[in-house]
Amino acid sequence: MTENAIIELRKVGKWYNSYHALRDVSLKIGKGEKVVVCGPSGSGKSTMIRCINRLEAHQTGHIIVDGTELTDDVKSVETIRRKVGMVFQNFNLFPHLTVLQNLTLAPIWVRGMAKSEIEEIAMMYLRRVRIPDQAQKFPGQLSGGQQQRVAIARALCMKPEIMLFDEPTSALDPEMVKEVLDVMTELAGEGMTMVCVTHEMGFARQVADSVVFMAEGSIIESGTPAEFFENPKSERTRQFLGQILEH
Amino acid sequence: MSKDTRTDSTTTSAGATPAGAIPTGPVQPVTWAASYEEEPSQASVPPQPGGMTALKPFGWAKDNLFNTPLNTALTVACLAVLWYAVPPMANWLLLNAVWTGGSEICREAAGACWSIIAVKHRLIFFGTYPYDEQWRPFLACGLFVALLGASGVRAFWRPWLAGVWALVLVAMGVLMWGGVFGLTYVANDKWGGLPITLMLSVFSIAIAFPLSILLALGRQSSLPAIRTFCVGFIETMRGVPLVSVLFMASVMFPLFLPEGVTVDKLLRALAGMTLFTAAYLAEAVRGGLQAIPKGQYEAADALGLSYWQKTRLIVLPQALRIVIPPIVNQFISAFKDTSLVTIVGLYDLLTAATVATTDPEWRPFFAEVYIFAGLMFWIFCFSMSRYSQWLERLANRYNRR
Ligand SMILES: Nc1ncnc2c1ncn2[C@@H]1O[C@H](COP(=O)(O)OP(=O)(O)OP(=O)(O)O)[C@@H](O)[C@H]1O
Ligand SMILES: [Mg+2]
Repeated sequence: MTENAIIELRKVGKWYNSYHALRDVSLKIGKGEKVVVCGPSGSGKSTMIRCINRLEAHQTGHIIVDGTELTDDVKSVETIRRKVGMVFQNFNLFPHLTVLQNLTLAPIWVRGMAKSEIEEIAMMYLRRVRIPDQAQKFPGQLSGGQQQRVAIARALCMKPEIMLFDEPTSALDPEMVKEVLDVMTELAGEGMTMVCVTHEMGFARQVADSVVFMAEGSIIESGTPAEFFENPKSERTRQFLGQILEH
Repeated sequence: MSKDTRTDSTTTSAGATPAGAIPTGPVQPVTWAASYEEEPSQASVPPQPGGMTALKPFGWAKDNLFNTPLNTALTVACLAVLWYAVPPMANWLLLNAVWTGGSEICREAAGACWSIIAVKHRLIFFGTYPYDEQWRPFLACGLFVALLGASGVRAFWRPWLAGVWALVLVAMGVLMWGGVFGLTYVANDKWGGLPITLMLSVFSIAIAFPLSILLALGRQSSLPAIRTFCVGFIETMRGVPLVSVLFMASVMFPLFLPEGVTVDKLLRALAGMTLFTAAYLAEAVRGGLQAIPKGQYEAADALGLSYWQKTRLIVLPQALRIVIPPIVNQFISAFKDTSLVTIVGLYDLLTAATVATTDPEWRPFFAEVYIFAGLMFWIFCFSMSRYSQWLERLANRYNRR
């Protein structure tokens, strides 16, 4: 992969009590690169990307994001979280705030932006995810697909350099998956660095620069979508692809 | 509300008839009748009279009060109790009651003696506050209650409300203590009645509430020292009767103070009430905190919000909305608990009422005084209860779809 990486994981190890969730995971992601992470349930995909913005703390190895190493030091966590946006499987919008307030809250409090300024920017992002007319509604009044697009816009309002997606379409009804993937594809086209856990192989083929396959807490193999889908190296990958491409 | 529940239960019992049978009924009566004939033998539950309510117009009473033998029995029993209890009660409370006149007239009458309230209300409301100066606590209470009421109105939730509160508190202090503007000084061991009850309850609740939030947050803290302290405090306070807390505050607390330093009796009771209420409220608040999904914390973290930003902007606004009912429950409880300060020698409303009954001339009419005092407590508690229902609806607007 790329020489000067914006995200670098070096032999990262992570335990949940005695359970070994990540085993010597090493990965380099270049600026502007789109990486799709896939693998069977429980393989540590979520754990890995949650380590990148310190929602989980790793115990061994190093994680370096845009030149800052993640340590117990609160400053490093703060610095990195400002650069990294995240989108969750269950949206995790703030139900007591309107859509617009969801978008403007963090820029106002974390970045100290003026309300009028960020509201304009927020409306711009809402137009981009194609729901400007929902700005004054509460999240509970939106469909799943709309909520996930709000969540993407919310992360973008912080002007991140990296976006993490943890199965952003898994909680959606099939007819809403496309509207979210379209937004993500558009974002990819704009040069955002993206790490995306997903089982949407069509999206991986179309958008990803590389696909990473994980099993049992390790990266089994990674490569370009063409290599990965046409010519998987390991038996474990072939098995996985067989299962997931069946339907 | 109760009507809905009853309607629901009727619907449920109607559901005992197979679901398919009802919709076909109006369209194909024959089919329905046929299936109805068959069903009772198949169903393990015997058909209930309630099952037919949708079809026969027997009226609400029939459906809800006489729909089962048990309900019929209960309805009859309730009517009998009302029949025997209400007329004598109404006679005593109203029809035969004495509204004006001296104690001799009361002794003759068969009803309640409300004239004792007319005679003693100043003592009940203001205790031993100098008689000629009682317009001062009256005015102070009026201001206080008016501002409390106004503070509940949404249009007044503006920064200047805090300024108005500061002004009114100063005004209340001036009125109650005096000593300035030509008002004679009245030491606070002369205060009594409604002002004591109102001030103790409102101030203890107002201080206990933020304290309880800190305690509840501390109980979930990742720092063991803070967690242990909060758990220890909450469990100690919850394990001890309020009466002992008040005793400790008023008797033992002064022993720990350096010589010469005294803390006012009222203040000590206030401290005891506050700490006790805070412990209970903290547990109510904790319930709300636990109901917030982990994803909310994660989303706030991922956006880079600090611990206090996350707590103030995301967690508490949601958690507190959930626990409005138990919190108001604690408020009501604390309001009534102020009557326990009598054991440390303070004259709250109930104590003042008790004193009013000790007059030999009016001694037989203590029940009337307690009913009146109870009514005063009820007015405040019921207002809080109604207000909380309104607040709940307001706070949960975002839940509507
Ligand atoms: N907070 C936790 N405490 C204990 N074990 C955990 C915790 N979170 C995850 N695990 C375990 O770590 C392993 C990896 O979990 P992870 O959520 O990363 O899997 P995943 O690859 O994202 O799976 P999925 O596709 O189901 O989301 C699983 O076996 C899981 O049970
Ligand atoms: Mg996962």
